[in-house]
Amino acid sequence: MSETIAAAPTVDPNGPYEAEIAELTRTYHSDAGRFWGWVTSVDHKSIGKRYIATCFVFFILAGLNAGVMRMQLARPENHIVGPDRYNQLFTVHGTAMMFLFAVPVMTAMATYLVPLMVGTKEVAYPRLNAFGYWTFLIGGLFLFAGLYSNTGPDTGWFAYTPLSGPEYAAGKRVDVWAQVVTFTEIAGLVAAVEMIVTIFKMRAPGMSLNRIPLYVWSILVVSFMIVFAMPSVAMASTMMLAMDRLVATHFFNRAEGGDPLLWQHLFWFFGHPEVYIMFIPGLGFVSAIIETFTKRKIFAYPVMVLALFVTGFVAFGLWVHHMFATPVPQLGRSLFTAASVLIAIPTGAQIFCWIATIWAGRPRYTTSMMFALGFIVVFTIGGMTGVMIASVPFDLQVHDTYFIVAHFHYVILGGVLFPLFGACYLYFPKITGRMMSETLGKWNFWLFFVGVNVTFFPMHLLGLDGMPRRVYTYLPEMGWGKLNLIATFGAVIIVSSVAVFLWNVISSWRGGAIAGPNPWGAPGLEWATSSPPPPWNFHPVPVVEGRAPLWEAGEELPVATGLATDRREVLITTALDAIPDNRHEHPGESHWPLVMAIAVGVTFIGAVWTPWAYVVGFAMSAVAFGGWGWPRGEHPADQVTDGVLPRSEAR
Amino acid sequence: MLQDGLRGALNQSALEPAGPQAAKVTHLWWFALAIATTVYLLTMGALWWAAHRARQRELRGEAAVGPEAEQGMTRGVTYSIAATIVILLIFLVTDLSVGRTLSPVPSKHPLTIELTGHQWWWEVTYADTSPHGRFTTANEIHVPVGEPVLFVLQAQDVIHSFWVPNLAGKKDLIPGYTQSMWFQADTAGLYRGQCAEFCGLQHAKMALHVVAESKADYQRWVDQQRGTAAIPTDSAARRGREIFLTGTCAMCHSIEGTSAGSHAGPDLTHLASRRTIAAGTLPNTRGALGGWVVDPQRIKPGVRMPPNMLKPQDLDALLTYLQSLK
Repeated sequence: MSETIAAAPTVDPNGPYEAEIAELTRTYHSDAGRFWGWVTSVDHKSIGKRYIATCFVFFILAGLNAGVMRMQLARPENHIVGPDRYNQLFTVHGTAMMFLFAVPVMTAMATYLVPLMVGTKEVAYPRLNAFGYWTFLIGGLFLFAGLYSNTGPDTGWFAYTPLSGPEYAAGKRVDVWAQVVTFTEIAGLVAAVEMIVTIFKMRAPGMSLNRIPLYVWSILVVSFMIVFAMPSVAMASTMMLAMDRLVATHFFNRAEGGDPLLWQHLFWFFGHPEVYIMFIPGLGFVSAIIETFTKRKIFAYPVMVLALFVTGFVAFGLWVHHMFATPVPQLGRSLFTAASVLIAIPTGAQIFCWIATIWAGRPRYTTSMMFALGFIVVFTIGGMTGVMIASVPFDLQVHDTYFIVAHFHYVILGGVLFPLFGACYLYFPKITGRMMSETLGKWNFWLFFVGVNVTFFPMHLLGLDGMPRRVYTYLPEMGWGKLNLIATFGAVIIVSSVAVFLWNVISSWRGGAIAGPNPWGAPGLEWATSSPPPPWNFHPVPVVEGRAPLWEAGEELPVATGLATDRREVLITTALDAIPDNRHEHPGESHWPLVMAIAVGVTFIGAVWTPWAYVVGFAMSAVAFGGWGWPRGEHPADQVTDGVLPRSEAR
Repeated sequence: MLQDGLRGALNQSALEPAGPQAAKVTHLWWFALAIATTVYLLTMGALWWAAHRARQRELRGEAAVGPEAEQGMTRGVTYSIAATIVILLIFLVTDLSVGRTLSPVPSKHPLTIELTGHQWWWEVTYADTSPHGRFTTANEIHVPVGEPVLFVLQAQDVIHSFWVPNLAGKKDLIPGYTQSMWFQADTAGLYRGQCAEFCGLQHAKMALHVVAESKADYQRWVDQQRGTAAIPTDSAARRGREIFLTGTCAMCHSIEGTSAGSHAGPDLTHLASRRTIAAGTLPNTRGALGGWVVDPQRIKPGVRMPPNMLKPQDLDALLTYLQSLK
């Protein structure tokens, strides 16, 4: 790896700021013990790490579900699991992969990376960030506790009414689902708000909008999408489905003036943007990886940013293509077809820009870069089938068949997991201070690449051959056995790839080569601090003079001084030009986010059994709110930035 | 060869059309596949070429491309995006026009079949202007070839989806809604369909068959289905009917011409004329029927039908009766 270590400029922690750094160390020191300090931490890096790890645990658990499903389907009339268990397995697989992995792992990565990338000391609303994590954790554990106690939801991750309604889904299984969704939506929403504020108001001086890294743009776009999309499903699941089940409202009961299709609209109004919420950060990662490993700024930056925004907007005009088999007027279907076809344009544009960047750059085929290229190869297949199924007549043939299963696994594994693995190899040195093994990395990549294609490509054929989704078995005379067996074999390859990845993470964490601040010679601010970064990320904070700060800064990165070090002060800058505007004191460690999350947990988990849980939860939340908002002693008001002026040093 | 080896049953495939609806979609599929494959190969070729060029430049020790190359890159990316837009628009127009030609039923008074989805079987009622012309069967639909057939779709409990891939795309059966769709079978044959919207425990075993036959055969079938159940002639069958009418069977099933009139389960008036039982799950043989009657939960766990503890000679009589219901 040594040849890739470039002498990029960094802020020298032992430079002229020794005394200030010493004071910062005291400011950020927690008196609590190791464990309690960890529990009460509001450091976005600490929370980001546990968030990422938690998401991967859920990924593995949900993946094991898929493993059992593949075993069951490996041959016709198999008896490994019955329909009852199988329905729980696929419902929890989908729910966990969507709500507990694909979306939150991107949030988790952003929680860790975005403050570093925009060159600020902390994330906005650090206690809210901690609260989001604890809420997410409780929700995720609740789902798997349900599954392992035979109370796993069993009506699909989309929980269509009336199948999920009180009449046809007795017991508590669907209630578990409805509340888990709410937990994760809360976590997603608070993270989105933090990201929007961090990106708009806490960027390093000089990082005007046209200098924001593409990954950060992608997070900004999905954060806005989350804010608009998630309330729809949160309302539908908590307010309407849970109330239909718990207190006998009739929102989705046609016989009492409700409407089962209302559920589908509310769900897919969230559910389709959700797809883009998952993979737009992946697009951001691919940009970061290709930029780093071609040593060239991504070609046509404005086009790239615009493409992200267009994708984000148009994503809200696609949801009815999940409902082509329901009563939708033809003109309406045509509009949604058009939107579904045309959303391929911005993604296509990004792929062309990446290809141009590779053409003009000096690509280095590290594991990270391999995953980015694997993304293009795999994801594009999902994109192609996506355009096909925008067509109403064709979709009506393959809708709810294995063709769709193949399509969206190509999109999600291609668009989420390939970039995510790539990002893990790229950022692991930053997070742990150690390099991952490239040898194991190549094994990880090739096994994954082969496994994904062997598993999911045959499913296209199965779908065209009439195999519907969500079936726990099939008759031998259907002739689906061979392709299913091949798919199951592919799943084994995927499992081995993930095992290699985990082994690589563990062994590299223990004994990988020491990384140094910028092992890849990357351009972003996150590489301008030590690996792993100190609790305050940067001191003094960097100043940005271009789109690739570390490539443009020459010998030393310009910095801005003047932030207090005896308290957790962060620099607030203007939204457009990132001119220093304000200093803001951030709170320290707090256990109230955890208390608040427990109050939320008691409310929603209790509400599965009794509406009184809302009363209890309300009281607990009031206490937690009180503690959270209690004045923090001396409280210097936010000040205007007298002392903070960007000044270039040693230029 | 390989493709043949991997191909599934031909009677439930979107790629083996037996009518105009499915045929148009199959054409659309091959058209889309050709375009998608071309675009995909071109994109991957461009990616390979870009990496190859970059490598060659590096090997030759050339400096990274300068700003003058940006113009060429801009041109390349612009043309690619323009081509993407044109291709997508062509696809969109094709799509929408195919969609329009498929929608209207091409006949004023088509044969109309009311199809109702139940957990987990299909109730099939042939509509007729006179009440005597109406008749009900289950899980097996007969249609005359070359004639459009209109389906009126409803659901009794949860959402199901009617899908016979060789004949047409699917349509949901939604409780409280009435939808319709049509198809036409041009080739005589047996086509299998399966519920395509997840509907609970036995979603996997909720199939049906469409029998497309000549007009004469179809008419013979209709005449036979309109009649009431055969009166048993031998003593075993008479005993079987008694078991049916006095046991639990009659609480859910109906047999026209007897006192059994409940519609909770499939109509059994002409059970013996059907090819399969348990919604396309088992062949309609004496052995399968016996196994099903005794322990349906083993074959379709969760199915609404309870196990029936019958004495062997009673079971035998019941099966004889059921098999006489031609």
